[in-house]
Amino acid sequence: MKGFNFSRKHLGIPYGMFLTLFVAAPLFVIIYYAFTNGEGKPSLENFTGFFTSPNTIGTLFYSLSIAVVTSIVCLLLAYPVAYILARSRFKQKSVIVVMFVLPMWINFTLRITALKEILTLIEGNLAFHPFLNTIIGMTYDFLPFMILPMYTTLLKLDGSLLEAASDLGAGRFQTFIKVTLPLSVPGIVSGLVMVFLPAMTNYVVLDMLYNSTYIMGSLIGSYFSAYDWHNGSMISLILLIIILVFTLVTNKYTDDDTSRGGIL
Amino acid sequence: MMRNINKAVWWCTISALIIVPLFTGISNDKHIPDKVNAKEEVITLRVCNWEEYIDLGDWDEEELIELDNGAEIIGVNPLYEDFENWYYETYGRRVRVEYSCFGTNEDLYNQLTLGDTYDLVCPSDYMIMKLMAEDKAEPFSADFFDTGNKLNYYANGVSPYIENVFEENKINGESWKKYAACYMWGITGVLYNPEIMTEEEASTWSVFNNPKFFRQVTLKDNVRDTYFAVLGYLRADLLTSRDFLNDGNYKEKLADIMNDVTPDTIQAVEELLQDMMGNVYALETDSGKSDMVTGKIAANYQWSGDAVYAMDLAEEDNVYLKFAVPRECTNLWFDGWLMLKDGIDGNAEKKHAAEAFVNFLSRPDNAVRNMNYIGYTSAIAGSDDDGTVFSYLNWCYGAEDEDENVIEYPIGYFFSGDAEDEKYIVYAGESQIGRQLYSQYPSDEVISRASIMGYFNDEETKNINQMWINVRCFNLKDVPLAIWVVLGAVAACIIVLAVKHRYFS
Repeated sequence: MKGFNFSRKHLGIPYGMFLTLFVAAPLFVIIYYAFTNGEGKPSLENFTGFFTSPNTIGTLFYSLSIAVVTSIVCLLLAYPVAYILARSRFKQKSVIVVMFVLPMWINFTLRITALKEILTLIEGNLAFHPFLNTIIGMTYDFLPFMILPMYTTLLKLDGSLLEAASDLGAGRFQTFIKVTLPLSVPGIVSGLVMVFLPAMTNYVVLDMLYNSTYIMGSLIGSYFSAYDWHNGSMISLILLIIILVFTLVTNKYTDDDTSRGGIL
Repeated sequence: MMRNINKAVWWCTISALIIVPLFTGISNDKHIPDKVNAKEEVITLRVCNWEEYIDLGDWDEEELIELDNGAEIIGVNPLYEDFENWYYETYGRRVRVEYSCFGTNEDLYNQLTLGDTYDLVCPSDYMIMKLMAEDKAEPFSADFFDTGNKLNYYANGVSPYIENVFEENKINGESWKKYAACYMWGITGVLYNPEIMTEEEASTWSVFNNPKFFRQVTLKDNVRDTYFAVLGYLRADLLTSRDFLNDGNYKEKLADIMNDVTPDTIQAVEELLQDMMGNVYALETDSGKSDMVTGKIAANYQWSGDAVYAMDLAEEDNVYLKFAVPRECTNLWFDGWLMLKDGIDGNAEKKHAAEAFVNFLSRPDNAVRNMNYIGYTSAIAGSDDDGTVFSYLNWCYGAEDEDENVIEYPIGYFFSGDAEDEKYIVYAGESQIGRQLYSQYPSDEVISRASIMGYFNDEETKNINQMWINVRCFNLKDVPLAIWVVLGAVAACIIVLAVKHRYFS
C-alpha cells in the first residue's frame, strides 16, 4: 500500500474516465462516420450534401429562427423580472427566486403536457399556430435559465456606481442605459447561451406540441433511424461546430461567476 | 496506528457500500440460485420485446376472468417469471429470462447491428423478413411443429388463418413459418368519433384530406404506415373499381400496388402527402389515443390493437369511439417471435428454452392474459377441444340479457379456417358494431382487402425515407418576403453598427 499516496488529484479520476468513455470516444465515432460513406471509404459527400440540400439548410434556418425568437422573448421577459428582484428591498429575495426556479423541479414533459391543455383551451386547435406554440413551449421551458444568471449579475452590481451616476446628473433612464445595462452584459450573455443552444435542438417540445416540422435534433434522429449513420453524424458534427463557435464568441463576454447560475 | 486502522475500516465500508449494490443490481433474480448443482447451470434466455407488450401481472382480484368453459384466468406475476417456474416444473431445468424492451423495429435493428445479442426477439413482419433475408434468424426445430406433443401450444393452437399467411409468405424461397411464430396481429384503420363524422366518411383513406375535418385528423409519425395510407388514397379509384375487385388475381395485384415503391410512385405520394399535411392536425405515435378521448381530434389513423385500447379508455370518460376500415384496403401486420443465430449460437438447450418460451406464451390462458392486458389480438385460436380464447371473446363481447338486438358476428375464418363455421359465431349486442370486437377480430370481409406491406431493399428504403425527410423539413420557399426584408434590414444594421464601432470609436 505504500506506493499509493491518495491525493486530492485522484478524486478527478472517475470524472476523467467518464469523460473519455462517454464524451471523447463517441466524438471520434461521430467524426469517423461523418467523413466516410456507406462502404466505409473516406468521403466528403456528407459534408457537401449538407450545404447543397434545401432540406438541411431549411432545417438549419428553422432551428435558428426558433432559437433566436425564443432567446429574444426570454430576454425581454426575464430582464425586468431579474432587475426588479435584484433591486427590490424585500428581505427574503431568495424566496421569490426559488418560486421562479420551482417549476424546473417538475419534469419538463409533464409541464409541456399541461401547457398543451392550456393552449388548446385558449387557441381551440393547436394545429393552426405550430410556430407560436413552439416558441411558447420553449420559453416556458427555458425562462428560469435566463432569469437566474441575470439575477446574480444584477445582484452583484455595485450600488455606489448608480449613486455616482445620479450625482453626476444622469436621470434614471440614462443611468440604466449607460451603467446598469452594460454592466449586466455578462449575465445576459450567459443567459443567452443557456437558452439559445438547447432551443435549437430540443425537438421534444415540438413533438409534444404537434409541430411536425423537423429541427436539427429530429433531423439527426430521422437519419439514425433509417440506418444512415453517415449523414446523421455529419449533421451532428456541424451542429457541434456551430455550438463551439457560438460558445467561443460569447465566452469573451461572460465572467465565471454568472455562468454558474446562482442558487442552482 | 489507531488512525490507520480507522482509515482502513472507513475505506472498506465505503467500498462495500459502493460495490455490493452494484453486484446485487446485476443479479436481480435472487429467487433462483445461479447453480442448482455443479453440472447443471442455469440457462439464460435473453428476450427483447416491444414495450408494454406482455402481461406484467399484478391484477386485482376482481379482475379475475371466469370463462364459460370453466377456466379462471388471472395475472399475478409477469408472464416471463411464470415461464421460469413453468419451465422448471415441466422440464426440470432452471432458466432465467433477461427481459428487455425496444421502441421501434428500427431501434431493435440498430441495437442488433451495434452488438447487442438477444436469443429471442419480437419484430414486425417486414423486420422479420429483413432479418431472415440477412441470414440472422435461427430456424425453429422440427420438434416445435410436432402437433402430437401436447406442450407444443403454438403448433397446436395457432389460428389456421395466421398459419396459412405465415406459410404462404416467403422471402428468398423460405416461408416465414420456418423462422417466425406469430405473437400478435392486426390491421390498420381509422379510429373516429361518431358524433363528428359518419362511418361512411371514416371508411376511406381520403378522410385525412377531407376539408370538412380540417386540422382534426392525425396521421402516423412513421414513414411506412403513412406511406401505406397515402398510397391507398392515391390509388383509391383503382382499388375500389369493380373490375379490380373481381379480378381473379385480386390478392396478388393488391399486394403489388400497396408495395409499389418505384421512384414515380414515391414522387406522387410525396406530392399528395405535402398536400395532406396542410389538412391534418399532426403526425403522432402515441398521443392520438388520448387526443381522441379529450376531443382534440375527430379521427386518428390507428392500429387495431391501439384502437381497442383507446375505445376502452374513452368508455371510462363516457366517450364512444368507433373503428372503421377504409374501403380501399387495409394493412395487415404481424409481430412474431424470431430466434437469432448470434444469440442461440448453436446452443441446443438455449434453443429449447426459447421455443418453450414461445409455446408458453401461446398457451391459451396466457394468450388471454396478454390480450386482456395489452388490447392486441393474439395469433392463438386454441385447439378445438380447448375453447378458452373463444370463450374469452364471448366473455368480453357476448350479448347481455338487456341487449335488445343481437347480431351474429362470424369469425370462423380465424378459429377453424371455415368462415361459415357455426361453432365460431359471436352473438354480440348491436352496440358492438364498429367497436372493440370489430377491431380486435376484423370480419372476413375486411380481411379480404387486407394487404401485407413487405420489406424494401436498401435503395427503396432510402428513397422512401428521403421522401419523408422532404415532407418533414422546412422549405425555405415558405418564408414570406416580408421576413426576408426584415432579416436583411437587421443584418444591414449589424454591419453598419460594427463598421461604425470599428472606425469611429
